[in-house]
Amino acid sequence: MNIRLNVPDSSNKSAEKCVTKLKADKVNLYYGSFQCLRNVTLDIPSCAITAIIGPSGCGKSSLLRLFNRMNDLIPDARVEGNVELDGISIYDSKIDVVELRKRVGMVFQKPNPFPMSVFENVAFGPKRHGMKNSGELEEIVEKSLRHAALWDEVKDKMNQSGLALSGGQQQRLCIARVLAVEPEVILMDEPCSALDPVATLKIEDLMRSLAEDYTIIIVTHNMQQAARVSDTAAFMMMDPDRAGTLVEYGPTAQLFTNPKDKRTEDYITGRFG
Amino acid sequence: MTTAIFNSRRVSQRTAFIFLGLATAITVVPVLFIIIYTIVKGGGAISWDFIVQFPSQAGKAGGILPAIIGTFYLMLGTLVFALPIGVLAGIYLTEYARDNWLTRLINLAIINLAGVPSIVFGLFGLSVFVMAFHFGLSLLAASLTLAAQALAMVITTSREAILAVPKEYRAGSLAIGVTKWQTVRHIVLPQAMPGIITGAVLAISRAAGETAPILVVGAAFLLPKLPQSPLDQFMALPYHLYTVAAHVPNMPKTTIWGVALVLLVVVLSFDILAAVIRIKTRQRK
Repeated sequence: MNIRLNVPDSSNKSAEKCVTKLKADKVNLYYGSFQCLRNVTLDIPSCAITAIIGPSGCGKSSLLRLFNRMNDLIPDARVEGNVELDGISIYDSKIDVVELRKRVGMVFQKPNPFPMSVFENVAFGPKRHGMKNSGELEEIVEKSLRHAALWDEVKDKMNQSGLALSGGQQQRLCIARVLAVEPEVILMDEPCSALDPVATLKIEDLMRSLAEDYTIIIVTHNMQQAARVSDTAAFMMMDPDRAGTLVEYGPTAQLFTNPKDKRTEDYITGRFG
Repeated sequence: MTTAIFNSRRVSQRTAFIFLGLATAITVVPVLFIIIYTIVKGGGAISWDFIVQFPSQAGKAGGILPAIIGTFYLMLGTLVFALPIGVLAGIYLTEYARDNWLTRLINLAIINLAGVPSIVFGLFGLSVFVMAFHFGLSLLAASLTLAAQALAMVITTSREAILAVPKEYRAGSLAIGVTKWQTVRHIVLPQAMPGIITGAVLAISRAAGETAPILVVGAAFLLPKLPQSPLDQFMALPYHLYTVAAHVPNMPKTTIWGVALVLLVVVLSFDILAAVIRIKTRQRK
């Protein structure tokens, strides 16, 4: 099977704007005695969409959750090595995890709108962060929904339950919810795997438009999707003891057309996986 | 086509249905029988005067107003003490406590708390609330005693209701930099509230029917007036029923059953209230 490449052209992006936003350096992640990630090192550029691909269970999501410390919620999770956001170690004991997650938002595999109205879903983050003025709230809700390409579809149902929207709309609502707290990085954990192809394309278009303002990392099973939306791509695999390792990392075009590692080539050509 | 096998399967199917239905009937019939029997025997005693008057002639005449009021006070008191403590403990145990031997021991203790005989709670209330805390034989001491007993149920149902809130909601909230407590307060609790309320209502309806614990911490058989403060003694339906049924000679049977009927209505109406809350919230989802 050959993958049709539709790599977005990133040549017009000014190189000086791109800085290393996130950095993982020789990271090992353990859940109890199980090692989930081994010696992962990569730099995530600020002005790009980075895709993490690889077979099921290779630690893609765990790597993603490293960057907003969602792994902390798993009992007995332990991190070795260094993870940095803008050059600051985020696993330092002085780091406020709540503040970190405000800067590094996350969208999940299954759309998870809160059981409240569309408006309240988007206003939830800003409210909890102390915004009280209703005019300001309305403004940020509209701005976030527009940014998430959902405004036109929901502007007349702001008081309806977020759960009443379609799956694709729910996922864009969840993206708007993240945008409303004005993060710098958006982590997306297989954001389209529960959606139909039309909704998937909408989310992909949205990701491309968001890439101008946000650093985006997406975990995906779908290699066409990685090829379509990402600028850089990371391919992960499991060691024999099931610990995930980073096999290859580079510009998406190169990874898909001219992989350096035999295992990457086997995976993207469908000989394995 | 082997009709014999077909038939034997059909016979065993029929037999199973009959036994399952029979078992259900055996559980339902006594409940219905008790309710109907109580209505038939005690219905005659029910009148407006029976509800709104004070008893006279050792309960043989007059009404049972102080017992009804006392029971409502007790339910209110139990709710006031058991609900907040139970819910807060439930939140702590589900959201904050680490899963270690101490938490497991506490959970085990709570489950066992529900199995402690109610008279033991009564003695506990007598020595702690009545004597050590100097609350005396009082509504306050009785409410605290019943609350201690109801706590097990309130905590258990609160925990279940909180655990039933999908983890995805919590993750979605934490992932946008909302604190854990804000997540609990604004996402988890509103979702768990119907379940928590249902559990609390059931717990106080059970407390309303308790006789043994209040027997030793302040229930009185006949009082000339309603309790004026939480430190007063009080009358209560179950204790009144016990006394008129067991200790008053020549008590008219209709009056005894009348008291039983009122108690039954109070307890069942709260059970129905709990069921209504449950059904309403299920429809909303």
